[in-house]
Amino acid sequence: MAAVAGTYASGPPVLRAYEAILSWVTTVDHKKIGIMYLVTAGIFGTVGMAFSLVIRTELAETGTIISADTYNQIFTMHGSIMIFLFLIPIAQGFMNYAVPLSIGALDMAFPRINALSFWLFALAGLLIASSFLFDGGSAAAGWTAYTPIASNSEPRIPGLQGNLDPVGVGMDLWLVGVLLLGTGSTVGGVNFIVTILKMRAPGMTMFRMPMFAWATLVTAFLVVLATPVLAAALIMMFADRNGAGGVIFDPNAGGQAILWQNLFWFYSHPAVYIMVLPSMGIVSEVISVFSRKPIFGYRSMVLALLGIGLLGFIVWAHHMFTTGGVFLPFFMAATFLIGVPTGVKMFNWIGTMYKGSIQYSSAMLFAIGFLSLFLIGGITGIFFAAVPVDFALHDTYFVVSHFHYTMSIGSTFGIFAGAYFWFPKMFGRFMNESLGKIHFWTTFIGVNIIFWPQLMLGLDGMPRRINDYAANGGWETLNMISTIGAFISAIGMLIFLFNVVHSMRWGEKTDKNDPWEANTLEWATTSPPPAHNFDEIPYVTSERPLFDKRWADKQPDAGGHGSGGATAPDPAARMKG
Amino acid sequence: MARSTPARKPVHPIKSFFVGEEPMSNALWGMVFFLFSEVMFFAGLIAAYLALREDALIWEPTNGGEVLGAEFRPVLFTILLVASSIPMQYAAFAIRTGRRRALSIASGLVFVIGIAFLINQGIEWKNADFGIGDGAYAATFYLLTGFHGAHVLGGVLFNGLVFLRSLIGQFDAERNTAVEAATMYWHFVGLVWVALFALVFVSI
Repeated sequence: MAAVAGTYASGPPVLRAYEAILSWVTTVDHKKIGIMYLVTAGIFGTVGMAFSLVIRTELAETGTIISADTYNQIFTMHGSIMIFLFLIPIAQGFMNYAVPLSIGALDMAFPRINALSFWLFALAGLLIASSFLFDGGSAAAGWTAYTPIASNSEPRIPGLQGNLDPVGVGMDLWLVGVLLLGTGSTVGGVNFIVTILKMRAPGMTMFRMPMFAWATLVTAFLVVLATPVLAAALIMMFADRNGAGGVIFDPNAGGQAILWQNLFWFYSHPAVYIMVLPSMGIVSEVISVFSRKPIFGYRSMVLALLGIGLLGFIVWAHHMFTTGGVFLPFFMAATFLIGVPTGVKMFNWIGTMYKGSIQYSSAMLFAIGFLSLFLIGGITGIFFAAVPVDFALHDTYFVVSHFHYTMSIGSTFGIFAGAYFWFPKMFGRFMNESLGKIHFWTTFIGVNIIFWPQLMLGLDGMPRRINDYAANGGWETLNMISTIGAFISAIGMLIFLFNVVHSMRWGEKTDKNDPWEANTLEWATTSPPPAHNFDEIPYVTSERPLFDKRWADKQPDAGGHGSGGATAPDPAARMKG
Repeated sequence: MARSTPARKPVHPIKSFFVGEEPMSNALWGMVFFLFSEVMFFAGLIAAYLALREDALIWEPTNGGEVLGAEFRPVLFTILLVASSIPMQYAAFAIRTGRRRALSIASGLVFVIGIAFLINQGIEWKNADFGIGDGAYAATFYLLTGFHGAHVLGGVLFNGLVFLRSLIGQFDAERNTAVEAATMYWHFVGLVWVALFALVFVSI
């Protein structure tokens, strides 16, 4: 170790800055890694949002501003960045920060592997972003990288036309970058599984775990079981493009395009849940805390999570109904089934709020926003599960709107709820509530102005991934409205970023460990928590240890039977009591 | 009060898994779930292999090369690799009762078998009269055997480390997590090879 913390405390600013940077770069502390995840993913998310503004500007009116090639690159990178470099890692940020704290662990099971996961993500992100520097620009085959668009093969079979405009080195960088990311999140998933299964506080049985820890556990299993399949597919695609000549995936060279789609969606459908389940976990915590009630139907919530996780593995082919290469009835039925556990969760959230004394804090507003947006997204998803509807609407803006309502905007609202909820724990200061509410309403109204018109455009037949459209198609007004919505929600994002930076330095200080009167163990320690998390390992007797503690403290005979609260009871006292 | 850490006792992964007599260490659980992901990785490759074999327009090497079968040498080295799970497990059992010398000998033997297998694979690749671009069989052949070879190499490095550390005397009846983990990993590498060999060499 080059410098022990505080070595240069009285030294010149350069050395102090060096020490501060070193303490972050070399850290294996899950809290610091979590914050690094949040910041890095937040930066990528902002870039991805800027790309979406470019897309919306291009589509606002007929006629083109940027070239079709550039447009392809921009929408490909918008999707790739948002999914691989924003939604998945930012959820990992909250999981990293909050899960070990909320289960009463001192750190992750493998702290150094945790750091490895983060650095693989950061480097892979730079690798993907660097593709703009190369000749031919970034990947331009969409985030799904369907072959043969993503292939660069010469025609092998006489009479077949090869890909005339092969995608350049950007596509290879994309493949390698996503592979590295996947490796990082796979070992990260192993880390979360072992942490949650093995490192819970004394007394915390599986069914006393916070909902967010459950969501993390299911997410981690999805990551561990699904991501390697994508890794295999990416490697085969890379080989296909660099040596194998397209014999695996490129139909022009004798390969199977449907094979790529099967392997890709075998990962990417569970990946949808990898993106949304952490948000569901956050929302469960937030709604419970700000309704001043325990979560309604705890066990059914857990079973619903497991059900979504399991069903998530057998529905991938509903992305491929129109290919004619999949067995429609099975995948249709399985897809409808997923509505059941999702509906259970929806009703349980509403049941949690029912007759609660709801506090409309920013976090709670975003949680309720998540519910309403996810409901729209979920119901449009049920439309798509029906094969005939899917045949009509496949590859239209209805799809774009559907998945933005669910996994993109829906998940992001969960992330925002988490940000307002855990910010006091991370920095010992509140985020500004007034700005938070302005942020919420701007974003909520903005995203609906973006995506509701897109539903209508989709029903009207507007295809996705086009950079221009005919003036007489009747799509101009709705597209213009959608673009205005994008800029409104961008203003919301700026307000949020300002709020984060401002509150970190000047926000109102939290006067106690547990400013929200929350349920879970992360609020039992100081804000921000010490490097070792807990001075006292709490003893857990229910799924709401902090509620128990507050309740015990309020009893007139404090010091009697219930006084242990969240601290380890003396075994002898338990025998007597 | 911090959690008290009880003195470590020899860990028996199977017993602790099924009977719960002694909890398995975090590191070994990590290896178990890591192997879950490895299984899915090979499942992806094998799924592609089967799909291509079923439907590919071009399956046989397009340059006129021959599909490799279960000849004497690959069968021999397959048996060697799979059988090397026995000394590997013996090494793990030995160190649980503190027999360091037995551990060194057994893990050294497994290390050598691993290298021999890799050399055999090199010969296999050298003898193959097709390149990776010569049809679906050729491409999947190199990918499957190549990635398995990479895993064998990982196992060889892991076993080499265990061997060296056993020589220095870093393992005893209480501290042997790395040996247990290497054993799990080596069993997995052998099992995957059984599946791959049956698919790529035997069932052709």
